[in-house]
Amino acid sequence: MTSIKTPSTEHPTPPDSPPAAALHSGTNDLRALVLNNLRQSGIYVALVVIVALFAVLTDGVLLSPGNITNIVLQYSYILVLAIGMVILIIGGHIDLSVGSVVALTGAVSAVLVIQQGHPWWIGVVAALVVGVAVGAWHGFWVAYAGIPAFIVTLAGMLLFRGLTLRVLDNISLSPFPSEYQQVAAGFLNGLLGGQGFDAFTLLIGAIAVAGYAVSGFRTRVARIRYQQPVESFPLFVARVVLVGAVLMYFAWQLAHARGLPIVLIILAVLVLVYGLLTRRTVFGRQVYAIGGNLSAAALSGVKVRTVNFWMFVNMGFLAAVAGVIYSSRSNGAQPAAGNMFELDAIAAAFIGGAAVTGGVGTVVGAMVGGLIMAVMSNGMQLMGIDQSTQSVVKGLVLLVAVAFDVYNKRRAGTAR
Amino acid sequence: MDDTILEMRRITKTFPGVTALEDVTLAVRRGEIHAICGENGAGKSTLMKVLSGVYPSGSYDGEILFDGKPMQFRGIRDSEANGIVIIHQELALVPYLSIAENIFLGNERRGRSGLIDWNFANAEAAKLLASVGLHENPVTPVIQLGVGKQQLVEIAKALSKKVRLLILDEPTAALNDIDSAHLLDLLRALKEQGITCIMISHKLNEITAIADSTTVIRDGRAVETLDMRSDEVTQQRIIRGMVGRDLDSFYPDRESSPGDEVLRIEDWTVRHPVQDRMVVEGVGLSVRAGEVVGIAGLMGAGRTELAMSVFGRSYGRDIRGRLFVHGREVQARTVAEAIDNGIAYVTEDRKRYGLNLIDDVRRNVSAAALDRLSRLGWVNGNEEIKVAETSRKEMNIRTPSVMAVVGKLSGGNQQKVVLSKWLFTDPDVLILDEPTRGIDVGAKYEIYTIINRLVAAGKAVIVISSELPELLGMCDRIYTLAAGRITGEMPVAEATQESLMELMTKDKELVG
Repeated sequence: MTSIKTPSTEHPTPPDSPPAAALHSGTNDLRALVLNNLRQSGIYVALVVIVALFAVLTDGVLLSPGNITNIVLQYSYILVLAIGMVILIIGGHIDLSVGSVVALTGAVSAVLVIQQGHPWWIGVVAALVVGVAVGAWHGFWVAYAGIPAFIVTLAGMLLFRGLTLRVLDNISLSPFPSEYQQVAAGFLNGLLGGQGFDAFTLLIGAIAVAGYAVSGFRTRVARIRYQQPVESFPLFVARVVLVGAVLMYFAWQLAHARGLPIVLIILAVLVLVYGLLTRRTVFGRQVYAIGGNLSAAALSGVKVRTVNFWMFVNMGFLAAVAGVIYSSRSNGAQPAAGNMFELDAIAAAFIGGAAVTGGVGTVVGAMVGGLIMAVMSNGMQLMGIDQSTQSVVKGLVLLVAVAFDVYNKRRAGTAR
Repeated sequence: MDDTILEMRRITKTFPGVTALEDVTLAVRRGEIHAICGENGAGKSTLMKVLSGVYPSGSYDGEILFDGKPMQFRGIRDSEANGIVIIHQELALVPYLSIAENIFLGNERRGRSGLIDWNFANAEAAKLLASVGLHENPVTPVIQLGVGKQQLVEIAKALSKKVRLLILDEPTAALNDIDSAHLLDLLRALKEQGITCIMISHKLNEITAIADSTTVIRDGRAVETLDMRSDEVTQQRIIRGMVGRDLDSFYPDRESSPGDEVLRIEDWTVRHPVQDRMVVEGVGLSVRAGEVVGIAGLMGAGRTELAMSVFGRSYGRDIRGRLFVHGREVQARTVAEAIDNGIAYVTEDRKRYGLNLIDDVRRNVSAAALDRLSRLGWVNGNEEIKVAETSRKEMNIRTPSVMAVVGKLSGGNQQKVVLSKWLFTDPDVLILDEPTRGIDVGAKYEIYTIINRLVAAGKAVIVISSELPELLGMCDRIYTLAAGRITGEMPVAEATQESLMELMTKDKELVG
């Protein structure tokens, strides 16, 4: 029996009563709410603690406008990889090859744009095509040949690193034309004029906050109409205000630096799309079902092979997106690009609450996990801590995060 | 000889928010077979975990007296050192290790060099196997044995630990009738040797056949201990203790009025997925709307294999034969096609094949028919909740909320979730494979009621069951299956347990 207190549905609101009346009802039990969401809220708390810690340790430099912009630019490609990775991990797979695929797609793009002088967008399209092809290759071996993903992608890691060297002829290529560099280094600013800060960035921030509030409210109304338990109204408002404040602070800081990074827009769109894909689509559900119990999913009519195949195609696509961003940021292609990226992406997914056994995890969680890694790396760099210590600390954080998760899972009883 | 070997006094065990055991007192006489029965979740297994030290001393209130001496077990090793051995329902054998390696696992026989003396161990294992009546080479990997034989290996393992009090949790749940009978004989033989035995069981006929006393546990309390030797204790009497009321009749009544044929298979043949042998051969059967058809067969007869091969070719290879739904021949090459053709299959192993245990009730209910809740690939989460809520009410699934994780529910409620999932696909024919395995008497009755409701609504139902009384109580017509072939078909009015069993064992000699 579960010991977690779950909001009672014994006395639901009558179906025909106006939802507005029920808006102020719901659980007021903050403790139950926190306990119920411990697995998710745990990482948010961890992120806040780590941000606060490094903000103090770096005398506030961490949260300075310039540095926040820097974190976004520096870790965006890891976050993009983490989206694809967490989906694979939920489905019970893994991909060790993404670092090599980042290198290969960047290399293909560089050869076309830098060496052969094609326009920048040809390079982007070619990189995406290569990424999808690599994903289809992995998907074929995992889904249709039945080889475990660990082996297939371990082979892919070597295979595509080798191809990268072949494509680049063992040399680095640079620089990209300025349009290409815009992908990772460009900003949208000044569109509404400059007043010492970028009003456009603030407007986008305000729209995001409004969108969050409206969609949250609509979900709440629908939940109530369907007689489901919801958090109490003050709590709901508190949550919206808190998230809104954080978002606006973030936008404010960006507005005082260089404006809205283009790569942040790409990332935000991806998070939104994949967040919906995993939670609200049949495909997303099937990924969770396969990871949770493969046999039961197959016997429920889920086309396991097809779903597995597309999971890998998707990972290849996102690896190519990361490859474009990374090559743009480093303004060229290097044979050793993307080394160890797979480990950062995997770590982000696991710190973000994904389960090693599959079936559990969220895109948002992986993003928070990735941000925890990013803030730690950035903070330690600002403090001038050497590489060896950074590596030790990151390794320990990964271990502690998963240990905490396992401990939690033994106690908690509610779903993700 | 009323000499008490074990006394558990006023045991109270609480988990956060739940009292699992309250003031339970249990006395077991030396050398008896003591049955413990009760509904799922009544606290039987918890009591045995307290006894065997899985819940260490101090985590519960009350005291345990073994041989008159108070005991404080800190773990399984402590209880085993005193000769108390528990055999769990899910057998704890390592599949790729040999019988002997399993028997001495964690208790290895070392020679003078400190290394394991396998010759000695194998010889010892052979002796132990002989004493439980298992004629197998001790070096055989356990995976090559059937469940019945694995159970015997577990008992041999217990004997190797010089067991004085053997605890068996649902020992016959996964066994067929012949293996069950073997096991019960063995328990009687162990009793002759002075080994006391506590047996948890749902099978009341076994309890009445073998037990000397029966303790009934209900809602964490020991309701009563029945002396099976002196009293006239019937199954009905035990059921009354378990549920606190008499079930008017164990199988609910139903008006039978079969309509048109819904499903028919002809000349159905299935080959084993890896071995070169036929698992199902030339089977033909049919079921009509508003009819419950039973399939009786011993384990290994090909019942599940038949059902799964029909259900989207989920089992076997080289499947041949014709499948008709509503008189029209259809192809159901995948599970999705089978579902589209109105076929639903409720598995015998809900934990492995039926449910995503780490997900909630809501998503499990919708899992097989998400397309009914979605447009252009987008799931309507609110409608999904509504569907789950409807199932919860109609099926009486006891869960705090449809957002609760399925793995935390009791077996009976999990089974209702699986049933809900398949009913939501709106099937015309339901194949129910052991629909009441491992669930308590009250939940069984509810499942039977649900089946009757479906049949009244014009669904066709095929029930596969190892419990002949269940088939006789539920079905209109029964097929018998032996070694992959249909050996008989009869209306339930003409069937008896004896006549069915005769047909179920008919082909055995022929096939060898």
